[in-house]
Amino acid sequence: MIAFILKRFAQGLLVLIGVSFATFIVAHLSGDPVELMARENATLQDKQDLREFLGLDRPLGAQYLSFVTGALQGDLGYSFVQRAPVTDLIAERLPATLLLAAAGFLLALAIAIPLGILSALKHNTGWDIAITSVAMIGQAAPGFWIGLMLVVLFAVEWQLLPVSGSGTPAHLVLPALTLALQSSARLTRLVRASVLEVLSADYIRTARSKGLRERTVLFIHAFRGAMIPVVTMAGLELAELVSGAFITETIFAWPGVGRLAVNAVAQRDFPVIQGVVLLAAVFFVVINFLVDLLYVVIDPRVRLR
Amino acid sequence: MTQVSVSTFLRRNVIGLIGLTILSVAAALALFAPWIAPHPPSQVNLTARLLPPFWVEGGQISYPLGTDNVGRDVLSRIIYGAQVSLSVGGGAVVIGAFVGSLIGILAGYFGGWVDAVLSFVINVQLSFPFTLLAIFLLATFGGGFLSVVIVVALATWVNYARVVRGQVMSVTHQDYVEAARSVGVPVAQILWRYILPNILSPIIVVASFSMAQAILTEAALSFLGVGVSGTRPSWGMMLNDGRTYLQNAWWMTAMPGIATALTVLAGNLCGDWLQDRTDPRLRR
Repeated sequence: MIAFILKRFAQGLLVLIGVSFATFIVAHLSGDPVELMARENATLQDKQDLREFLGLDRPLGAQYLSFVTGALQGDLGYSFVQRAPVTDLIAERLPATLLLAAAGFLLALAIAIPLGILSALKHNTGWDIAITSVAMIGQAAPGFWIGLMLVVLFAVEWQLLPVSGSGTPAHLVLPALTLALQSSARLTRLVRASVLEVLSADYIRTARSKGLRERTVLFIHAFRGAMIPVVTMAGLELAELVSGAFITETIFAWPGVGRLAVNAVAQRDFPVIQGVVLLAAVFFVVINFLVDLLYVVIDPRVRLR
Repeated sequence: MTQVSVSTFLRRNVIGLIGLTILSVAAALALFAPWIAPHPPSQVNLTARLLPPFWVEGGQISYPLGTDNVGRDVLSRIIYGAQVSLSVGGGAVVIGAFVGSLIGILAGYFGGWVDAVLSFVINVQLSFPFTLLAIFLLATFGGGFLSVVIVVALATWVNYARVVRGQVMSVTHQDYVEAARSVGVPVAQILWRYILPNILSPIIVVASFSMAQAILTEAALSFLGVGVSGTRPSWGMMLNDGRTYLQNAWWMTAMPGIATALTVLAGNLCGDWLQDRTDPRLRR
């Protein structure tokens, strides 16, 4: 079990090194930041001085090393567009993103788990068909479009909620619902499939033939087994919500990391983009690692391996 | 194969039939757009700005789904928009399937360090916030049809690589492959003659789902303003235009979104259906 955890930890670390390297390379392919930063009338000498000042005249390997050692110490570089350290810019906006992601995630689970279980228990009935159809449509519609339609209904038509912005709990509802509907569409179908598979497993038949009550079979025996794939998927969804809420944050003018990143792309603010990509990848790897740890707790087969 | 009645056939394949029908309609709209669309897609008519769909008060039957802020016909733009969505989707599927399958085959067949390196690349790719990477690349290197196709393919090649790798691993140690290897059949021929036919159906299943994913990705990129630029209307671009007029012209946003959702749904339905039909574990 310890070997399993160590192995996963090492894998995560390797992936992070890979991501940091790829980010670094892409940021360097994207053009000379000095050309973007220098004043209109800067001479070649001015540019050379600036390059030396920024350390951009050093070999790539040295630049990568200082980028990584800086990142490890919480220094993600300096945004010349916003004239502020990238770490500060991100730290300022991270709470808003985490709040939105957490609200969206909990809402998604609250929608997906009951509906998925209901759908599986009422397999091939009207309920099942209705739930599965709605989930399929939710999966097919662009997430940001669902958000815009929610705005049309709740903010424009019925005037119940604000169109965009932040500050009050009412501002959180529409963006959180937008994120939740997207991921609950995926999760509902997974919960359904997972419960269906478990219900046909031998150990459920054994539990039933022992004469256990149906409620005990469902909630004690089936639920735990069915949740194993759901935990993996839910972990991926959470990572997706933290790192993938760019468009939702932009639509609702939510002051989070995603909106920071989209604006940074528009302004060619490479240090910010690099920082956000790295942060998102760290989230992804950490959440995946936690999911693996959770596996050890809920799935005895992993513990015995 | 046993004889099945027409009704059994329909019941088993209804999902696939719905999906294929929607995709065929979308393809027909894209191909025959100039003959089907009631108006040229970029024809501005300032006297007919922001007209609602015909069933809403004030709407006109000559603009069935309404008009946008400069009086362009929404229906015609959706019909032409199918060209961008389907060609980006199709192009990304071809590139993604080729690159992803190739990597999956190499990783699965050779195993060892080849597999370790390629799996590492797959894991790194999966850990990237893809949308951000995509807009970053497109904003840096410029848009255009080919760039968008390549970036969208970059989003989907992993799907193929993972599935193909697993399939190849299970096929590689079958007796007939071992036999071919032991009599000295060249590797390329083993891959082509003995491995590829066995992994074609999972590739087709993944391609259906990836087509849907590609269309969604293209819409998101166009929505963010880094899609296939130029004068050709695309659904994502229409959604972006509509955003500004959300307060008084919901149809500008609703209609292209429905078109996108239907097409994506069709791709997913085909994928589900093919998976049911080709995965022996699911066959009932």
